[in-house]
Amino acid sequence: MSFGPHLLLASLEGLVMAAVLALMALGLSLVFGVMRIVNVAHGEFFMLGAVLAWFFSTMVSGNPALGFLLALALSPLVVGAIAFASERLVLRRLNYNPEATIVATIGLLYILQQAALTFFGPDARPVPPPFNYRVLLPWFGYSGYKLAVIGASLVLLAGTWLVLTRTRIGLVMRATQYDSETAQAFGIPVDRVYAGVFALGAMLAAVAAVLIVPIQQAHYLMGGDPLLLSFIVVIIGGLGSLRGTLVAALIIGLSDGIISMFFSPTLAKMLATLLVAMVLVFRPQGLFGAAAR
Amino acid sequence: MNGSNRAIPVWTLHIAVIAALWAAQYVLPDYHHGIIARVMVLACFAMGYNILFGYAGLLSLGHAMFFAAGLYGAGLPIYHFGWHVVPSFAFGIGCGALLALVIGLLALRTTGVAFMIVTLMFAQVGYLMTLWLGEWTRGDEGLTLSHSERIIESASVFIDLTNRDTRYGAAWLLLSVVLLITVVIARSPFGRVLVAIRENEERTRMLGFNTYANKLSAMVISGAISAAAGAAYVLLFGYMGATFAAIQYSILPLLWVLLGGAATTLGPLLGTLLMFYLAELSNDALNAWFPGANLSQIGIVGAALVLLVLFFPKGILGTIRERWLKWLP
Repeated sequence: MSFGPHLLLASLEGLVMAAVLALMALGLSLVFGVMRIVNVAHGEFFMLGAVLAWFFSTMVSGNPALGFLLALALSPLVVGAIAFASERLVLRRLNYNPEATIVATIGLLYILQQAALTFFGPDARPVPPPFNYRVLLPWFGYSGYKLAVIGASLVLLAGTWLVLTRTRIGLVMRATQYDSETAQAFGIPVDRVYAGVFALGAMLAAVAAVLIVPIQQAHYLMGGDPLLLSFIVVIIGGLGSLRGTLVAALIIGLSDGIISMFFSPTLAKMLATLLVAMVLVFRPQGLFGAAAR
Repeated sequence: MNGSNRAIPVWTLHIAVIAALWAAQYVLPDYHHGIIARVMVLACFAMGYNILFGYAGLLSLGHAMFFAAGLYGAGLPIYHFGWHVVPSFAFGIGCGALLALVIGLLALRTTGVAFMIVTLMFAQVGYLMTLWLGEWTRGDEGLTLSHSERIIESASVFIDLTNRDTRYGAAWLLLSVVLLITVVIARSPFGRVLVAIRENEERTRMLGFNTYANKLSAMVISGAISAAAGAAYVLLFGYMGATFAAIQYSILPLLWVLLGGAATTLGPLLGTLLMFYLAELSNDALNAWFPGANLSQIGIVGAALVLLVLFFPKGILGTIRERWLKWLP
């Protein structure tokens, strides 16, 4: 295969990556933006989404599409419920103190990992894609499911965007993000908004995981890499800035896909992480974010 | 702050702890003898972490990189270039201090949450680097130092660090030195400035202190002590691997310090000791009760972190100091 098609393949892989990453990073960014806490357990919500997808897809026999749709509907709900409970039981009691919450979410990360290890086991397990259709490009065939993932992610992103900008719920969330004390004074139940946002963030990670799990198997340690990548995306895009997050997800996803196809993936990850640390040091508002208020 | 500045009980207590640890080697059974030696080295790591987290109030999520800097800084020259034990131990500490200086210069430009993430990211870079330089470090598999590489030998001395009792003695010596350094720092004007920065950085700056320089010094001391623990680890136990650079080794010192009590001199030692035995004992017990549940250390560490931060944020010695012994440093 010559360079051109190779690059096209790498870009397509990168786009799939970017699509999933955008969903996951949007969740992280939302939680940070509204609640001002860093959720280190975000990667584990992603992992839970994938692991639950495996459970739900094995519950249904017959057409794999049925099991997949069931997983797509139920596993974000279950993950959302778990996130809601952990917010109520742990984070709220810490008064959202940044240091205490980061320690608590690290603890949560390990607890969820242990739970997955106990109930799911140490093996990686595949989930069949809902359909097997290959798009035959002139140079190579490409999985139709992967293209569908890009589409589904775009729809979900657009949906989240609409909820945030056009609905009352979104208005309440943005008001809380802008100034939680004033929002409270205007009768917004800030406390409940926080719980909802935390659950919503986790659900976005779970949806991303259900979409990716037919491509990449479910495993109890699968949360680490996406967590790091979504940190990178959120930081490059500017902490708490949603538009920046989407742009950054596209850049990081594409460049990760292309770089790791042509260079050593470890080196690529190393340089990206270093670059991001430098961005955080020298330009904390992110490359695309506006200056801090 | 800590009430009074009573020197006699403070020094008596610390000398007594050091003496008790020395005496312990004559009574401990074989198995616990080995564990305590390991705990003492890791407690040094926790004490180094405590200087930055406990006293200066800077929560780093990347201290594994300093531990690993000491580990590899001491271990690789021995393995690849046949250095002797003493210069490579010093070199390991130097690596850690230099790394802490560079990271501090960069990371201390940020505060709060950004500082935690920046240190996390730098440590991740360090971890990936140990994998990337796999030709030298052998990555996850790691390297083992042979018996002959862990002997200090000159005209008049012969010290075999692989010997059980020598190993205990060396770990004890390191722990004693680090503990006394911590006590001196905690009682010095420098230590008081660090606490002031932790409580209110703005006000400390207004009083005329250079908070950046003080935080940077804390970072370098903390990094050097953590590296000393890493260097001692490779020399005494003869193994270095990428797991020591991974995120878990940044979280563990945080857990040990939280359990024992942040900003207490003896807290890190107590926390390391308790957590080590808790993990060890509960692992066996839980796996006996729930066979096949794959219970491992991660679950215990996770549960301990959440419970500590929820119900016991001051740790054991922090609570004791608050309630009863106001003079504890």
